[in-house]
Amino acid sequence: MTLEHFMNEAISPWMREEGPDNDIVLSSRIRLARNFADMPFPIIADQKDLEKIREFFQIEYEHTSFQDYKDLEFVSIRDLTAIEKSVLVEKHLISPLLAKKEGAAATLISENEQVSIMINEEDHIRIQLYFPGLQLTKALTKALELDDWLEEKVSYAFDETRGFLTSCPTNVGTGMRASVMMHLPALAMTKQINRMMPAINQLGLVVRGIYGEGSEALGNLFQISNQITLGKTEEHIIEDLESVVQQLIGHERKARNRILEQSGIELEDRIYRSLGVLEYSRIIESKEAARCLSNVRLGIDLGIIKNVSRNILNELMVLTQPGFLQYFAKKTLTANERDILRASLIRERLQFEK
Amino acid sequence: MECQECHQRPATLHYTQVINGHKTEVQICEVCAKEKGYMTYPEEGYSLHNLLTGLFNFESNPMGASHGTTFNKENDLQCPKCGLTFTEFKQIGKFGCGECYHTFASNLNPIFRRVHSGNTEHRGKIPKRIGGNLHLKKQLSSLKDELQNLIMNEEFEQAAVVRDKIKEIEQQIDQKEKGDAR
Repeated sequence: MTLEHFMNEAISPWMREEGPDNDIVLSSRIRLARNFADMPFPIIADQKDLEKIREFFQIEYEHTSFQDYKDLEFVSIRDLTAIEKSVLVEKHLISPLLAKKEGAAATLISENEQVSIMINEEDHIRIQLYFPGLQLTKALTKALELDDWLEEKVSYAFDETRGFLTSCPTNVGTGMRASVMMHLPALAMTKQINRMMPAINQLGLVVRGIYGEGSEALGNLFQISNQITLGKTEEHIIEDLESVVQQLIGHERKARNRILEQSGIELEDRIYRSLGVLEYSRIIESKEAARCLSNVRLGIDLGIIKNVSRNILNELMVLTQPGFLQYFAKKTLTANERDILRASLIRERLQFEK
Repeated sequence: MECQECHQRPATLHYTQVINGHKTEVQICEVCAKEKGYMTYPEEGYSLHNLLTGLFNFESNPMGASHGTTFNKENDLQCPKCGLTFTEFKQIGKFGCGECYHTFASNLNPIFRRVHSGNTEHRGKIPKRIGGNLHLKKQLSSLKDELQNLIMNEEFEQAAVVRDKIKEIEQQIDQKEKGDAR
C-alpha cells in the first residue's frame, strides 16, 4: 500500500459502511491527545527530540496492525507536496495544523482510513478514530483500546489529579474530543439551528463547520463536539454529547416532515433544481456545489430522488475541494479552472450513477 | 452583500467609524479587513487561545493594570524542565511540558475552572500500565464512600458485601506494592 491509495478515492472505505441514523449523522469521531512523559511538548521541544519521536513511531508501528485497523502506513509530512497535504486534510485524515508543520510531523493511517495517529502535532500523539453514523460508544471503546495498545510502549504524561497532560489547557484530563458530523438541512432552512446553538453551547458543547475551528457550515454540515475535557469521565462526556445529538436528530426529522407537509412542491422543486445544476452546469463554485449537494442528499433521504447513492454528498464534498481537484489535475489551478473541473467531475460522477 | 473593497467575496464584517463626529460605515470581507488594517488579529483570527490569554492576564491582575507592570522577572515562575515561564505560558496559552503543570500548579485552578465549567480534577481514564495502583485506589475510595452511605441508610447486608470488596482490593494493593518493592 502506498500514499496514492489514500489519494485516489475521495471517500474513505469505512464511509461506505452503513451506520445508525445515517440519514442525518455522517460520522462519529473520537480524538485522544497524548504526550510522552519525559519530553517537552512540540511547541517548545528541540527538533532533535521531535525527530526521535518520529523515528520511534516509524520503527515501532510502520506496517503494524491493531485489530481491524490494518497495515498502518507511516507518512512524513515533509515528504508530501502542498497538494497532497491538502488532500489529506480534506479527507480529514490529518488536521490543518499538522499539514502546516515542517520537520518531524508525521502520521500513521490504517488501510481502511478509520484510524489516523498524528505525531508531533500540538501534542506528541493525537489518536483519531472514525465510525460511520452515530456510534460514539463504539468509537470510544475502540479508541481506548488503541490507546492501551500504544501505552504498552509509550509512557504517557499523566498526573493523578489533572489526568492526561496536554499542551493546551483546553484538552487536559481525558484529552478527548468526541465529535459528530451532522447534515441538518431542514434546521438550517428554517433557521432553527441558529436558535439552538446558544443552548448547545451552554451544555459545554461546540458547533462548528465541516473543517473544524473557524470553518463555515458548508453544505449544511455541522460538527458537534465536547468542549470540556476535565472533571468528567469519557463515558459521561459521550453520553452528554449523544443526548444532544439525539435531540437534534429528532428536531431535524420533525422539521423535514413539516417542510414536506407544508411546502412539499417547493421543496421538491428546490431539490430537483439542485440536481439539475449539478447535472448540467459547466462552471460551479464550491459553495454552490455544497448547497446543491446538500439539497440532493436531502432529496435522497426523503425518497424524492431515487437511484442516486447517499454517499454522493460525502464523496463529492471532498472530491470538489481545491486540494482534491488539483491532485486530480496534477497541477495547480486558478479559481476559475477549479470551478470548471469541479463541474465536470460532478457531472461525470452523477452520470456514473445512471 | 458584497465586500466594498474587492467586490468579490461577501462582506462578513461591518465597521462603523466615527472620525470628528463624522460617521461612516464599512462593509468588508475578512481578507480585505486584514489588508486594510481594520483587524489587528494574529494569523489565525481570534482563536480560543487568544481568549484564554485574556483570561490568564485577568487572573494575574486582580489589582488592576499597575500590578501587571510590577510583575518582574525575579518573581516569575519558571519550569525547571522546559524553561517556560508563567508569563510566557500566559502569552502562548500552551504548556511547554508535563512538568509545567506542577510548576504553575498554584495558579492553574482558576484557569481550569473557567475552561472546564468549574472542574479542576480528572475523573476519566487512568492509563493501564503507568497508572499502576491508581485504578485500585480510586475504586477503593468510591467503595468506601458507598459503604458510608449504606451504613447511614442502615442497609447492613449490602454494606457487608461492600466491606468484603474493600478488603479484597486492599489486599490487591498490598500485594502490588510489595511486588513493586522487589
